[in-house]
Amino acid sequence: MPIITVEGATQVFGSRTIFKDVSFNVEAGEVFVILGGSGCGKSTLLKQMIGLLTPSAGEISIAGHSVRREINAVRRDIGVMFQSGALLGSMNLLDNVSLPLAVFTDLPPAARTEIARIKLALVGLGDAVLRLPSEISGGMIKRAAIARALALDPPVLLLDEPSAGLDPVTSAGIDHLILQLRDALGTTFVVVTHELPSIMAIADRCAMLDAKAQGLIALGSPEELQQNTTEPMVRAFFHRETL
Amino acid sequence: MTADLSVSDSAIALSGPLTALGLGELWPRAVRAARRGSGKPLVIDISGATVLDTSGAALVLAMEAAHGGEVSLKGADKRGDELLAQLRKALPDPNAPLPKADPVPETGLFDGAKIRIAFFGETLLALQALPGKLRFLRGADFFRIADRAGLQALPLVLMLGFLIGMILAFQSAIPMRQFGADLYVADLVAISLFRELGPLLVAVVLAGRTGSAFAAELGTMQVNEEIAALTTMGIDPATMLVLPRVAATVLVMPALTVAMDVAGLLGMMVVLMLFGFPVSAISAEITGSCGPSDFIMGLCKGMVFAAAVAMIGCRAGLTAGGGPRAVGEAATAAVVGGIVATVLLDGVFAVMFYRLGL
Repeated sequence: MPIITVEGATQVFGSRTIFKDVSFNVEAGEVFVILGGSGCGKSTLLKQMIGLLTPSAGEISIAGHSVRREINAVRRDIGVMFQSGALLGSMNLLDNVSLPLAVFTDLPPAARTEIARIKLALVGLGDAVLRLPSEISGGMIKRAAIARALALDPPVLLLDEPSAGLDPVTSAGIDHLILQLRDALGTTFVVVTHELPSIMAIADRCAMLDAKAQGLIALGSPEELQQNTTEPMVRAFFHRETL
Repeated sequence: MTADLSVSDSAIALSGPLTALGLGELWPRAVRAARRGSGKPLVIDISGATVLDTSGAALVLAMEAAHGGEVSLKGADKRGDELLAQLRKALPDPNAPLPKADPVPETGLFDGAKIRIAFFGETLLALQALPGKLRFLRGADFFRIADRAGLQALPLVLMLGFLIGMILAFQSAIPMRQFGADLYVADLVAISLFRELGPLLVAVVLAGRTGSAFAAELGTMQVNEEIAALTTMGIDPATMLVLPRVAATVLVMPALTVAMDVAGLLGMMVVLMLFGFPVSAISAEITGSCGPSDFIMGLCKGMVFAAAVAMIGCRAGLTAGGGPRAVGEAATAAVVGGIVATVLLDGVFAVMFYRLGL
């Protein structure tokens, strides 16, 4: 039974079609990667999935709830990490991570602090809990953002470019963390990225979007996509060729 | 189904979904029960747990810490065991106090003064070097800034001037009428406006509108590393960003001061006309008591105030720290600094004009 279904998702801005008729399912406990070149609509599709953008056409549902009609129910089932981390600059990491707990649960403050501290320790930030976002590195911001997305242990985590702009070691650390959390918590991950090493390391399945085709051009495991020789964009992407 | 616990002699059994959404009421009870059982071995039984997420695992660890002695876990499935092992490994020490935050060093009074003087010096140097760097200036920027600082502030200045003129005239006319000197209100208001209130009030308006806008704009650029990008491209931020702002503000200041003076005089005239004085008598009083020097003095003072307000706004923005809070702090510093500097400079001008006999 798929935990996420995307059926005919389309996004049009004025006269410009970003993508049309994109359909795929994501199974529970899967790491699903949405990939593609710059400007193909990866982040736009993610915004549709988290309800920040209403699709021009099509339907998306997460854990049985329609994103269009039951967004409040969907928001309890998802955690989102934005590309910049989007941590609140006026709060330290502990407060950032305990914020969803304060909003959605009736846990006492001491329990919220303890849980937030454990989440931060889980992403390797146990020593930085009282630091402000402006005092930590880009990799630490991304990890703290994952910890905040994990605050309520949602069944689905959606990550926008989690390893963009990070050095290979930190990037590999984030990839390892995703797999570790998937194995330990059974969380389903939807990851938007165009970092090939990350895709090969973490993806169970991938959906590839293309700006020229204005939609989905390939769907399958990274190995299957790597062996795809019929679609020039897929070949170029996985074999670093020029078109 | 909600999470629950049952306590027996040496065991605590947790049941139901052990997730963040269901632990609010259970958490303090479970921790208290574990603490009460300290001193003898405790068994935490989670075989009745239908779900165990990291929040549930955190509760088990909190119970272990509260008990402080020998605790054994019963009924965890393979995934639960792995999750708890992973959390135990990640946590440095469950009893360790929270690490202290390193306080961000505040800029001391002396360092703050040094930064301000250095900024003033850099701006003067940029002005000196301007003829060779004219290519860095963008005319469109200058006119945009002048429009925002001048034209868009005009309605506010006119309204403030008119109201201040009316209030001043009304408040002074009542006591002066007792001595039959209410016509001299025209002299009082005109001199006050030309020499003091006109430039001072416009400077306050500029500090609130323009200085804070400069600080927010440049502060955001600083936070987004746009200033660093300019510097690495060999473009002096003082030349490209500060000088056009200071120049535009200084140039719009006389126009705004004139607008404030005229609006204030109109406000005063309305009150005096309501008191029964003809326009000709009021005009004669104004021209008799104020000379062009009063008017020009006010304009000159105003231009210095404007330069100070603009430079303080730009300095606050360019020295903003990291994060969105820094932008707010820069805007506050620009308004407060601009108003304080204006009043201080006004005091200096008062002493100077007195010594010069003006």
